[in-house]
Amino acid sequence: MYDIKALYEAKSVAHASELLLQHPEAKIIAGGSDVLIQMREGKLAGATLVSIYGLDELRGITMEEDGTIRIGSLTSFSHITKNPIIQQHVNVLGEAVDMVGGPQIRNIGTIGGNTCNGVTSADSGSTLVAYDAIVELTGAEGKRLVPIREFYIKAGKVDLRPGEIETAILIKKESYEGYKGHYIKYAMRNAMDIATCGCSANVKLSEDKKTILDARLAYGVAGPVPMRAPSAEAAAKGKPVSEETVNAFAKAALADINPRTSWRATKEFRLHLAEELARRALKEAIRQSGGDM
Amino acid sequence: MHEVQYKLVRCTINGRAVEKMIDVRASLTDMLRNDYSLNSVKKGCEVGECGACNVLIDGECFNSCIYLAIWADGKNIRTLEGLLGPNGELSDIQQAFVDEAAVQCGFCTPGFIMTAVEILESGKEYTRDELRKLLSGHLCRCTGYENILNAVEKTMKKRLGKA
Ligand SMILES: Cc1cc2nc3c(=O)[nH]c(=O)nc-3n(C[C@H](O)[C@H](O)[C@H](O)COP(=O)(O)OP(=O)(O)OC[C@H]3O[C@@H](n4cnc5c(N)ncnc54)[C@H](O)[C@@H]3O)c2cc1C
Ligand code: FES
Ligand code: FES
Repeated sequence: MYDIKALYEAKSVAHASELLLQHPEAKIIAGGSDVLIQMREGKLAGATLVSIYGLDELRGITMEEDGTIRIGSLTSFSHITKNPIIQQHVNVLGEAVDMVGGPQIRNIGTIGGNTCNGVTSADSGSTLVAYDAIVELTGAEGKRLVPIREFYIKAGKVDLRPGEIETAILIKKESYEGYKGHYIKYAMRNAMDIATCGCSANVKLSEDKKTILDARLAYGVAGPVPMRAPSAEAAAKGKPVSEETVNAFAKAALADINPRTSWRATKEFRLHLAEELARRALKEAIRQSGGDM
Repeated sequence: MHEVQYKLVRCTINGRAVEKMIDVRASLTDMLRNDYSLNSVKKGCEVGECGACNVLIDGECFNSCIYLAIWADGKNIRTLEGLLGPNGELSDIQQAFVDEAAVQCGFCTPGFIMTAVEILESGKEYTRDELRKLLSGHLCRCTGYENILNAVEKTMKKRLGKA
């Protein structure tokens, strides 16, 4: 038995907003793989829950007319990895979420939960930030679109207003078309472990594959929330595909990040990881784009 | 004390349509064990880490300890008990666990076997490394995993007509 004070099940998105406004103290529960753990730990003991897990309309991935990829917030990790739209256009996202926990966790965990928890180590976070994903929020007053970089406010805190739930993650055509990306999760175990550092890089090459037209880099666990590394990106943009460019890119990333020491790893080790992972992730993204690396 | 909240949960468990009023605070593990006496579903960590409580819901594996019982409404649930033949015969994957000595204390076994069922029913052939990843949501304190991998791999090959 969980220490749940009361539980309300939303029958629709509008009903979820209503319930949340009626019970301002309530916590939203999607797959529950964060919420129920915190309830066991005592942090959320005695909480009132509004369950949105039954809202099947928030499951699934579609391509909108303008080429925007729409990922319903309740889509589980395993369904993202298996989805043909994701595999074709943002394969790196499918690969990244395939590193979450183990198979059973990937069947219950949702992308909405992984972003709304505001956790820096969330395995989808860095890739979504690296692809300029947009968070769709729906509340009593309607929809709001927020760039994911602005959605993250601070550790554990995201821009969710009273009565709102996250209904989708959107990735615009210009954000994925022509890009290939790679995510590296550095952890102590290959499964059932949280990232010591996560690094997601993607790149768009010129037609002859010799010049980097654009490069994007984002980290998890390099700061309080998933973050971009603009200095690294500037160091690679417009530059030739070469070892030198990759090294300059990786070094520059250190100016952007601010990892801390935790029981998992020291700040120094995380800085070392950040540079090395950026190098490896960019190289792999270049290779996947057809560049010579 | 506040009032206990109940919800009618109708679902299919091991092929049988059932319904019961369930306390909304119950996990699916609580419901399967307490209301349906399906004691193959083990309580290990109860925080989603060990896989001892793993069951199939609509064909996918879930740790029932972190799945609310009320979510089971309308779902098709399968536990290890559902694998037995009409006279209690073991299924091929259960027999393989016995033959390969993949069972010691047995606490992890039902969970592992239900994941194996999902793997086997996919009809795909996996490499040993892929099987390792597919089984990585389970902890076993006794066997060292090799015999478990052997049991799953051999059953997979048999079913695919390759052994
Ligand atoms: C054993 C185990 C291993 C794990 N390993 C990993 C790992 O390797 N990598 C990783 O990133 N995570 C991991 N997790 C954490 C967890 O699985 C993920 O964060 C998952 O994405 C949470 O999704 P959920 O739907 O279960 O979220 P829930 O627990 O339901 O919710 C998480 C938070 O988001 C809020 N929320 C959820 N959905 C919405 C929505 N649509 N709108 C508004 N708010 C919402 C909730 O109120 C809550 O604050 C692990 C968890 C467990 C139990
Ligand atoms: S008891 Fe459910 S995962 Fe351990
Ligand atoms: S056989 Fe004892 S835990 Fe696996």
